[in-house]
Amino acid sequence: MFDRDKWQEIFSTISKNKTRTVLTGFSVATGIFMLIFLLGAGRGLRNGMTSVFAQDATNSMQIYGGRTTKAYKGTPEGKRIQMVNADYLDLGRSIDKLDVISAMSYIPGAETISYKNNYGNFNVSPVHDTYKEIKNFDMLEGRFLNKKDIKENRKVVAIQDVVKEVLFPKETAINKLITINNIKFKVVGVFNQPSFDDNSREIYIPITVAQKIFNNNDYLRRISFTLQDISVEESKKVEQFITYQMAARHGFSREDKNALWIQNNIENSQQFSSLFSAIEMFVWIIGIFTILLGVIGVFNIMMIVVKERTKEIGIRKAIGASPSSVVGLILMEAIFITAASGYVGLITGVGLLEVINKFDLIYKIYPPAAIYFLNPQVDLGIAIGATIVLIVTGALAGFFPARKAASIRPIEALRDE
Amino acid sequence: MIRLQNIHKSYITGTNKLHVLKGIDLHIKEGELVSIMGSSGSGKSTLLNILGLLDNHDEGVYILNNQEIKSMSETKAAKLRNNLLGFVFQSFNLISFKNAMENVALPLYYQKVARKKRNKMALDYLDKMGLKDWAEHMPNELSGGQKQRVAIARSMITQPKIILADEPTGALDSKTSIEVMDLLKEINQSGITVIIVTHENDIAHMTDRIINLKDGRIESIIENNKINSKETIRVPQE
Ligand SMILES: Nc1ncnc2c1ncn2[C@@H]1O[C@H](COP(=O)(O)OP(=O)(O)OP(=O)(O)O)[C@@H](O)[C@H]1O
Ligand SMILES: [Mg+2]
Repeated sequence: MFDRDKWQEIFSTISKNKTRTVLTGFSVATGIFMLIFLLGAGRGLRNGMTSVFAQDATNSMQIYGGRTTKAYKGTPEGKRIQMVNADYLDLGRSIDKLDVISAMSYIPGAETISYKNNYGNFNVSPVHDTYKEIKNFDMLEGRFLNKKDIKENRKVVAIQDVVKEVLFPKETAINKLITINNIKFKVVGVFNQPSFDDNSREIYIPITVAQKIFNNNDYLRRISFTLQDISVEESKKVEQFITYQMAARHGFSREDKNALWIQNNIENSQQFSSLFSAIEMFVWIIGIFTILLGVIGVFNIMMIVVKERTKEIGIRKAIGASPSSVVGLILMEAIFITAASGYVGLITGVGLLEVINKFDLIYKIYPPAAIYFLNPQVDLGIAIGATIVLIVTGALAGFFPARKAASIRPIEALRDE
Repeated sequence: MIRLQNIHKSYITGTNKLHVLKGIDLHIKEGELVSIMGSSGSGKSTLLNILGLLDNHDEGVYILNNQEIKSMSETKAAKLRNNLLGFVFQSFNLISFKNAMENVALPLYYQKVARKKRNKMALDYLDKMGLKDWAEHMPNELSGGQKQRVAIARSMITQPKIILADEPTGALDSKTSIEVMDLLKEINQSGITVIIVTHENDIAHMTDRIINLKDGRIESIIENNKINSKETIRVPQE
């Protein structure tokens, strides 16, 4: 295998039959190129879509109150279902496999928020401290709300980075007091929140504070929670459990689909990832077929090569080439050509992905599509897999022609036609 | 060196069986220069191919260099060919994409001789053939006589005990033929057994012994006088 002489023999054969070699290699290179490029692009699409859509933890659910569409026990349809703190406490106790739960209320009226002479309109969401487990936050400075804030009704606030830019364009925000509806709140943290909505400008305050000073009630806008190691089936059971539980508490029909709106991210993300697995599978099938066609091409060409080289092989045998050395010659030539051209395809594919990534080509061609395409790349596993596929298919493409070559009898080969 | 007893060989093509060699008995001593003659289709090449282990005989005993040759694996035959035998063909059979030196060196590649060493040896042999300046040339840049001399150098490089030549002068003009024959005689004088298949009488008469084949049998063997008199001895067979 690592016999230098053997390689020299193979290289001299290859380099003196360039057209043949190039033709052979081209189809294989194309196959690998397609495989790598499509897989990488698929990965980029998956990364992009995930970062855009997966703003909520993939093991989370959200419940919103709706309006009934069925009359129930004398109450006509169209009743508004208003969730309250008691629902939050009850669900927090009764949902199986619950990890964390957080409610969100709302504050009435225009929310003008100011710091000194800077002000703006931002979305103020009163939540529990556990909300940070449900949304994908990236804390840039300070911290998110904590248990003590909730328990002791502290007037503290966590603000999004874009809010910070407006209120504190030139100074740090932490520990400064901002005014929300004439009440002062202390900034404890600045966060970043990935979103496909460019206008998101969020501010979070403790839910207890909001209900006490702004609402005078215990209404909730939504309840969010996460679950531990849960399958899609189990998550659907949880959905049903919640519907039944809330139906009993609020007096609506269990079959009423609109009384509550439950967003099941477990199911959504599973559908999402199975969609991408399907795309990836499809890409593999296309790629493998392309490689297969390439390999059949190599096989054909090697077959022709063996026929063309019958005389040469006969000469080699007459002067002492053993069958195994003939097999080695043909086989290694086939493997070398497939591997080398496959490598070229691999490098080209990876290179193209790199270029697209580096120069933001998608953004330049069609900007709105750019956020759906992130870090297109092929991982090591795919590269190794492709290499193994190459060597194996190269060996396969070479094996039968090589065996044929080895069985050529020198007298047959040397006879003059 | 070579002993044949009652060698038979048939070719089967489809349903036909062609009996080509019909019982050959022959003894060739070490260091002899022998020619095989006969009309076209009489089985000369077939006999030479059997002698050269390029083909198997069907029946009879073949002893080569004190070793009985029975049906053997290709690998073993290849090794014996490589070590013991050298071939020269009518159509030269050089590898077209290798230059003269590489062609000459190729048998040594199969003996696992290092590249540098075998190329140097190839150059020495080409030098002996008067072809040193042509070492880098490809076969298609050489004349017939030059090609045949390259082929002879290739057959010689493993220092074989026997050289088998199938019509080595068949494609050459008479002047070049004589040159090639002189080379083969010279090789023979260094102690190597040389067996030449030929059509040409004058070529055959340059050898020690002429074996005449007719229809798959040895018709006669003519001993040429070493002092090259024209006197011939007819040895009737059976
Ligand atoms: N591989 C083969 N298969 C079938 N028949 C063959 C084969 N090789 C040779 N023959 C036949 O065997 C006979 C002897 O052939 P061979 O080549 O030995 O003749 P030759 O004496 O060398 O003739 P020439 O002087 O024309 O070269 C011929 O009739 C030929 O057609
Ligand atoms: Mg012949």
